Amino acid sequence: MNQFLQQLVNGLSIGSIYALMAVGYSLVYSIMNFSNFAHGSVIMLGAYFGFFALTLLGLPFALAFFVAASGTALFAVALERLAYKPLRDRKAPFLYFIITAMGASIFIDNSVIATIGPTPKTFPQASLPSFLRSGSVEIGSLNVGRVDIAMFVITAICLAALVLFIDKTKMGKAIQATAYNMKASALMGINPGFVIILVFAIGGALAGVAGVLYGMKYQVYPQMSSITMKSFIAAVFGGLGSLPGALLGSVLLALIETFVSGYVSTQLRDLFAFGILIAMLVIRPQGIMGKSMEDKA
Amino acid sequence: MDAYIQQIIVMTGINLIAVLGLSILTGFTGLFSFGHAGFMAIGSYIAAICTARLPQILQTQFGLHLEPMAAFALAVVAGALAAGVVSWLIGMLTLKLKGDYFCIATMGFGEAVRIILNNIPYVGGARGWESLPKLTSIWLVLGLDVLFVVITWNLINSRQGRNMVAVREEELAAQMSGIDVYRHKMTALIVSAIFAGVAGALMANYIQFIRPTMFNMARSTDLTIMVIFGGLGSISGTILGTILLTWLPEVFRNFAQWRLVVYGLAVIVIMVGRPQGLVGGMELTPSGIRKAMTARNARKRFKEVGDDAGGQK
Repeated sequence: MNQFLQQLVNGLSIGSIYALMAVGYSLVYSIMNFSNFAHGSVIMLGAYFGFFALTLLGLPFALAFFVAASGTALFAVALERLAYKPLRDRKAPFLYFIITAMGASIFIDNSVIATIGPTPKTFPQASLPSFLRSGSVEIGSLNVGRVDIAMFVITAICLAALVLFIDKTKMGKAIQATAYNMKASALMGINPGFVIILVFAIGGALAGVAGVLYGMKYQVYPQMSSITMKSFIAAVFGGLGSLPGALLGSVLLALIETFVSGYVSTQLRDLFAFGILIAMLVIRPQGIMGKSMEDKA
Repeated sequence: MDAYIQQIIVMTGINLIAVLGLSILTGFTGLFSFGHAGFMAIGSYIAAICTARLPQILQTQFGLHLEPMAAFALAVVAGALAAGVVSWLIGMLTLKLKGDYFCIATMGFGEAVRIILNNIPYVGGARGWESLPKLTSIWLVLGLDVLFVVITWNLINSRQGRNMVAVREEELAAQMSGIDVYRHKMTALIVSAIFAGVAGALMANYIQFIRPTMFNMARSTDLTIMVIFGGLGSISGTILGTILLTWLPEVFRNFAQWRLVVYGLAVIVIMVGRPQGLVGGMELTPSGIRKAMTARNARKRFKEVGDDAGGQK
């Protein structure tokens, strides 16, 4: 029972990181209808921004978070303007977006390797506030890492803020309307170009937060962009383009993963993840909560 | 010939077979796969079993002697067939999916193959499988290249090929005209998987070392990028794209990591600046060029006439 609860806690903590990444993915997908494979690289950049803000600039922790999130938000918007907008203007098929995103991902990852180097970096403990330093808290009979708790709390705050923004503000409603029907909402006076910049900025900011959290829990290294493949699976699992779906998919995927590696085998964990992806696509391609396929035609 | 140059030529030739297959699937039928490294992996591992394990097994169990070259021929055929059969199964599951969902499903397939191979100790697991026999020669690869180009050319210019182009251009209209869309997609997928299987089999017995990470998603993406870089719907474009993109990283080898930076940038620039690829939609043959020139002149004339008529296009 104890082991079960421990796995559950681990799963929730990893799931919250997946969710931060997957929500950004899904948000962009809901508007643009393509999988932004460069999202993982933006997350990796966020981890580096946070790391250098703390170590090189010596900024306080909260400010470093802010620097990372705004840096990635700016970067994601710049990527959209430079790489995706010309394709959008030309009404290129979705594949060109995917290939461009992959090219951008190769470009960003290798630029980091070529300039900063491939060696993993660890957040220095001294620069972190006390509630984020390694070590664990005992809750009942469970040992819960402080970083895990922080990850869970920060993710919850970010996602709650996002939900409030999307449900309560005018800009959020504009995003919803554009996701529902871009042409019709443009006719109603919603500027699709602005909405697209907005979703890339939000997705980028969440990516920055996710990158710093992930880097804190593990390490910061250029290949960490590939881990975001998991968040992508989570987004498909929950239903591409659906934010609650991305959250649900992330938590479910992380729980399945931790339980498989806890009770079955660590090596088979990824096989399960990809197996779920394929099974989901075959049985219910729109995911748990996605729009129906007809809408995506 | 310089051994290094020879190696690049052979790798180009091997890549070309896989990329030609993908060109049939992507360039002519309009389906995008991010999992073809998985089919290459199947070809590689089946071929490795045939050349490195099968002769010993036959010798010890049945006292039969299998010539290395006979084992190699068997390996290439078996690798191609295995890839083909797996692609048929995958196709039955995923070909009904739309656009990017098919893409994602093939990606999941490719990664699943890699992870499964990681967990089979019999073929070396994650550490890879070393000292396979070297049976692929440069002349064999170049000969097979010619053969596969001819096969692709004939396929594209047959009724089957024209139907595939119709499916790419407008699926619904193709279906209305009585073309069995599902069957043609399936054929394209199986043919492309067989090509990838052959390429994988040749590769295993050339570099003599295979490892699951060699068949990761980056590999699949590379193959697709070669097709798009050369130009969708063009065999000569595919050949040109494969040659350029296999040589480019080698030319910039001294710049270490920067070559991949340039590679990523080149992909973006091509997608944004010249989406039809180097020679998309035409063939670099005398008649192909003539046809493209005629079309270009016609467009120019059309524009001039339009300008004369008050700027209407």
